[in-house]
Amino acid sequence: MFPRFDRKYFCLSCSALLLILLPFLATLAGEPYLVSLFSRILIYALAAASLDLILGYGGLVSLGHAAFFGIGAYAVGILAHHDFEETVLFSWPLAIPGSDNALVAWPVAILVAAILAAIIGALSLRTSGMHFIMITLAFAQMLFFFFVSLEGYGGDDGLTLFSRNTLPGLDLSDDVHFYYVCLASLCAFLFLAGRLVESRFGMVIRGCRESEKRMQSLGFPTYRYKLLCFVIAGAAAGLAGALIANQVEYVSPGLMHWTRSAIILVMVLLGGSGTLYGPVLGAAAFLLLEEILSIYTEHWMLYFGPVLILVVLFARHGLFGILFGKEKRHG
Amino acid sequence: MAEPLLRIESLCKSFGAVNACRDISLNIHDGEIHALIGPNGAGKTTLLNQIAGDLTPDSGQIFLSGQEITHLSLHRRAPLGLARSYQITSVFPNLSVEENLLLAIQAHHGHSFHFWRRGLKNPQLLAELGPALATVGLGERAGVLAGTLSHGEKKQLEVGMALACKPKLLLLDEPMAGMGPGGTKELSGLIRNLKQEMTILLVEHDMEAIFSLADRITVLVYGEIVATGSVDEIRSNPAVRQAYLGEEDEAC
Repeated sequence: MFPRFDRKYFCLSCSALLLILLPFLATLAGEPYLVSLFSRILIYALAAASLDLILGYGGLVSLGHAAFFGIGAYAVGILAHHDFEETVLFSWPLAIPGSDNALVAWPVAILVAAILAAIIGALSLRTSGMHFIMITLAFAQMLFFFFVSLEGYGGDDGLTLFSRNTLPGLDLSDDVHFYYVCLASLCAFLFLAGRLVESRFGMVIRGCRESEKRMQSLGFPTYRYKLLCFVIAGAAAGLAGALIANQVEYVSPGLMHWTRSAIILVMVLLGGSGTLYGPVLGAAAFLLLEEILSIYTEHWMLYFGPVLILVVLFARHGLFGILFGKEKRHG
Repeated sequence: MAEPLLRIESLCKSFGAVNACRDISLNIHDGEIHALIGPNGAGKTTLLNQIAGDLTPDSGQIFLSGQEITHLSLHRRAPLGLARSYQITSVFPNLSVEENLLLAIQAHHGHSFHFWRRGLKNPQLLAELGPALATVGLGERAGVLAGTLSHGEKKQLEVGMALACKPKLLLLDEPMAGMGPGGTKELSGLIRNLKQEMTILLVEHDMEAIFSLADRITVLVYGEIVATGSVDEIRSNPAVRQAYLGEEDEAC
């Protein structure tokens, strides 16, 4: 058991080192584009890892996770829009101006995503299984169409940010600075979520995945535990959304389309659900494959599909399972 | 007479045209092992499910220590001192043995909105985990995933989880089912030891185990109580012999 355990930490430290050194390596290789590609990977990894919290540990298959991703992005986009236009977001009861300060916009994005998750979760967690999938999908699509019809903020065309948010001490418009902010956000989430799933709260969540009825007969009011887990996952996806808005300097309803939820879901399954680090691998594999395959063909999905089918068929715990074996799964 | 620990009054439950419980009234007193027997389909598990809260009765009332629990939701019954084991073992297969027990212990240690410290490192919980593992004899299997245990070990774990809740009333649904003779004996010993600490309602098919364990027996046939009484009374009850034991004898 120990060699495998060590192998995991060895791989983990190697990839951490690689990610820390990546901007230097990219400069050395003369491919500065890699920095923004990897920022994107880190952001999707954060979204996928947050979905893993409810999917892998809670056993709740949500097809609406992009709703929180999208609302986080819009929170940043809308605040930046008002800041640029020098108009107010609300004039009643208090005049609230926009902001391009990350210390304001990002917490707002997290908070808005958490509130949305609390509302969606409160209703959809009353169902389970297939119904839960459909109801989360329905909520996300409602939000998608809401933003499509929101002409004030660009409607279908979305909103273009004038520039990235400002963060005291850092220059986010510098891709390398921004990359490290993404890396730090992901690491912070992985660390906190890693503690969370091993805590008493995490035990309850994992128990619910196995048998909710049994948890109830032990005396756990499972609904409120699952709801809080859903809110935590939604809030983290909101942060990922805030980051993606900054990365591409553009937000559109497409960010919360159900296909985006499906992509995040595929990243989790590809990497291995219930492992936290697996979805990070999944996000990296997905986006890198997309990047490489689309050099050769426009129809990269045609080649990506079989890869996905093979992984799902032959590696039950995804890439994480292939690399580290299923024994040391967190779940 | 003092208020019985569990009082059931004219409980009825039907599934479509099938009357699984017809006007059942039953008292279970503090400290006894009460066995519930009856042929297949007599409604034993249905009755147990209604006491535990998995099913809601159509009519009638259930009282635990004088407090009505008929319509109380599942998770509110455990704090009142009710725990059950299931007929089909329902341990958490992808959690380790110690994590399974930990959840049961955690359940009566207030809320579990603790996010930071590892559950398996909490001294308060660990203090109870050791004895709980020892009681069910799974000390050496603590780190193993529960899904990989043998059938008998799963049953032991299942009972251990019910015990960890420190219930006043323990509902055991066919704990011996599918166990070899050795396991049955071991589990009988465990149940007998529990008697000092809690009241037990036992649903079981193993007649030998029932006659050696039970203080009182209730016989259920087609959703109705045919007889309630001591072991000897039940053995000599002609209606019971005809309805249940007689058939058993012939079958044997």
